[in-house]
Amino acid sequence: MSQVPKELKYLASHEWARLEEDGTVTVGITDHAQDMLGDVVFVELPDLDAEISAGDEAGVVESVKAASDIYTPVSGVVVAINEELQDTPELVNSDPYHDGWFFRVKPSDTTELEQMLDADAYTEACEEDDH
Amino acid sequence: MLIFENGATGRSAAAQTASSTQVDTHSIPDALLRKQPPALAEVSELQVVRHYTRLSRKNFSIDTHFYPLGSCTMKYNPRGAHKAASLPGFAGLHPLTPARHSQGFLACLFDLQEILREVTGMAAVSLAPMAGAQGEFAGIAMIRAYHLARNDLERNEIIVPTAAHGTNPATATMCGYKVREIPVLADGDVDVEALREAVGPKTAGLMLTNPSTCGVFERKILEIARIVHEAGGLLYYDGANLNAILGKVRPGDMGFDVMHMNLHKTFATPHGGGGPGSGPVAVNERLAPYLPTPLVKKTEAGYAWVTEQELPGSIGPMSAFAGNAGIMLRAYAYALMLGREGMPRVAEFATLNANYLAKRLVDAGYRLAYPERRASHEFIVTLSREAKEWGTTAMDFAKRLLDFGYHAPTTYFPLLVPECFLIEPTETETREELDGFIEAMARIREEAAEKPDWVKSAPYTMPVSRLDDVKAARELDLRYQK
Repeated sequence: MSQVPKELKYLASHEWARLEEDGTVTVGITDHAQDMLGDVVFVELPDLDAEISAGDEAGVVESVKAASDIYTPVSGVVVAINEELQDTPELVNSDPYHDGWFFRVKPSDTTELEQMLDADAYTEACEEDDH
Repeated sequence: MLIFENGATGRSAAAQTASSTQVDTHSIPDALLRKQPPALAEVSELQVVRHYTRLSRKNFSIDTHFYPLGSCTMKYNPRGAHKAASLPGFAGLHPLTPARHSQGFLACLFDLQEILREVTGMAAVSLAPMAGAQGEFAGIAMIRAYHLARNDLERNEIIVPTAAHGTNPATATMCGYKVREIPVLADGDVDVEALREAVGPKTAGLMLTNPSTCGVFERKILEIARIVHEAGGLLYYDGANLNAILGKVRPGDMGFDVMHMNLHKTFATPHGGGGPGSGPVAVNERLAPYLPTPLVKKTEAGYAWVTEQELPGSIGPMSAFAGNAGIMLRAYAYALMLGREGMPRVAEFATLNANYLAKRLVDAGYRLAYPERRASHEFIVTLSREAKEWGTTAMDFAKRLLDFGYHAPTTYFPLLVPECFLIEPTETETREELDGFIEAMARIREEAAEKPDWVKSAPYTMPVSRLDDVKAARELDLRYQK
């Protein structure tokens, strides 16, 4: 079974979010998602300083099997993007929760985080998918 | 081996030498002339012939192999249709020939329009779009033109089920719409409750393939049509799977307002290897004023082009001329060969073959994605159990099939079914051919259970073995450099 760290929040569409100490929120895709996608070959990230709202498409992740949209779980301004992914998209496979992060948002409404799934609920959602 | 790696410096095919050395370039400014000759392959004519003949023999094609590529309808391309379209009067016809000198050609196009109109249950047809994607574009552009003409400006959403072809959301986006996805239920039908919640004053239309990409017929289509129409939206039919219902059920009778057909699938014209395609659009009365030009009309004085002046609401032409003429002629010949009686037999044998394959593959231990449903012209096998238990994925099975002389089915599509094969045998295969495929699939499954590594390293008999597709995608290398 893939890793689902307890301290993170999740979307059923397989994004994770982490509230950092400086108040920003880091977003990436889950271990389960990278496992389903297979080897990631390309990642498209949002523009720096872009304003995004929860539920918006904020990027694309492409593997040899499929291309999938990445949705932002929180609204706000994009304050950082993981530029390393441009040259080494394989970080998404090798370390989805740390080096393979996608972008960081300065959230306009932190209550959006509370509406996300916790680790148990996300695990359950994945099992339902896996029919 | 690339053709550049053949040959020797200064060698050339005799037929090309005379003209290439005698071109007078004095009127071209010096700055625009090449300093060095272009890096073309320097090979003899015989080397060229052998090179490309060898390459063609490394390929899989419908003329050499069973090619059950789901959603692509890789059926036999009858030679009779090819012969008819290659008649010198057609092949030598210039696209700017005045209508009065191309009455035969226009008569064929007019008849084809009529045949397609009849078999789809629509009011009017334009043959102009040059591929399926262009047909989709034309269809959604007409929906847009219709709403704009009625001053209905708030409609900015196109609804697309998750099982749709990827081209559907792409088309809607290209036409300036927002895409709203609705889920598909576990039995493969559209979630009608979700549709009911999704429609409203912003709904411009719904795009649907029926039978769907899940390989099953959308049973609630009349209810779906009513919901969309009551909300003021229009219904778009993606003709990708028309082969399953040809001559049996008509999209016009299901309530669709506009659709495209892929002549290169349903009407047996050659495809694969990049085309050319042909994607005529058919519409009901209310969208007829917006059809793309040119159309062909029949008058007392003979056949003539309908131009934009005569059809002011038209979304306009789709290309410089009248679409892919050679493909339309092949499709016309094919339609005449089938006749009215032959068309339903296409659908009957396409679905019979698919259901036979599905049943026999289940007997061999495979699992269907929608086991409780009858297959249409194609069906989905999911190999998630084989992947979990033995580590052999759909990709491994696909590669191993090549060793048995079968082009692999469509893999990993539709995306909502994990580790899947989308299998479409078409009506043109014999029972013996289908049995051979079933036998190969059964053997591969046994191999996967007994010696999974053997399947995981396939193919063994192809010119190249497993390619590193990850490296190829990460480090694109498309240009030859010395």
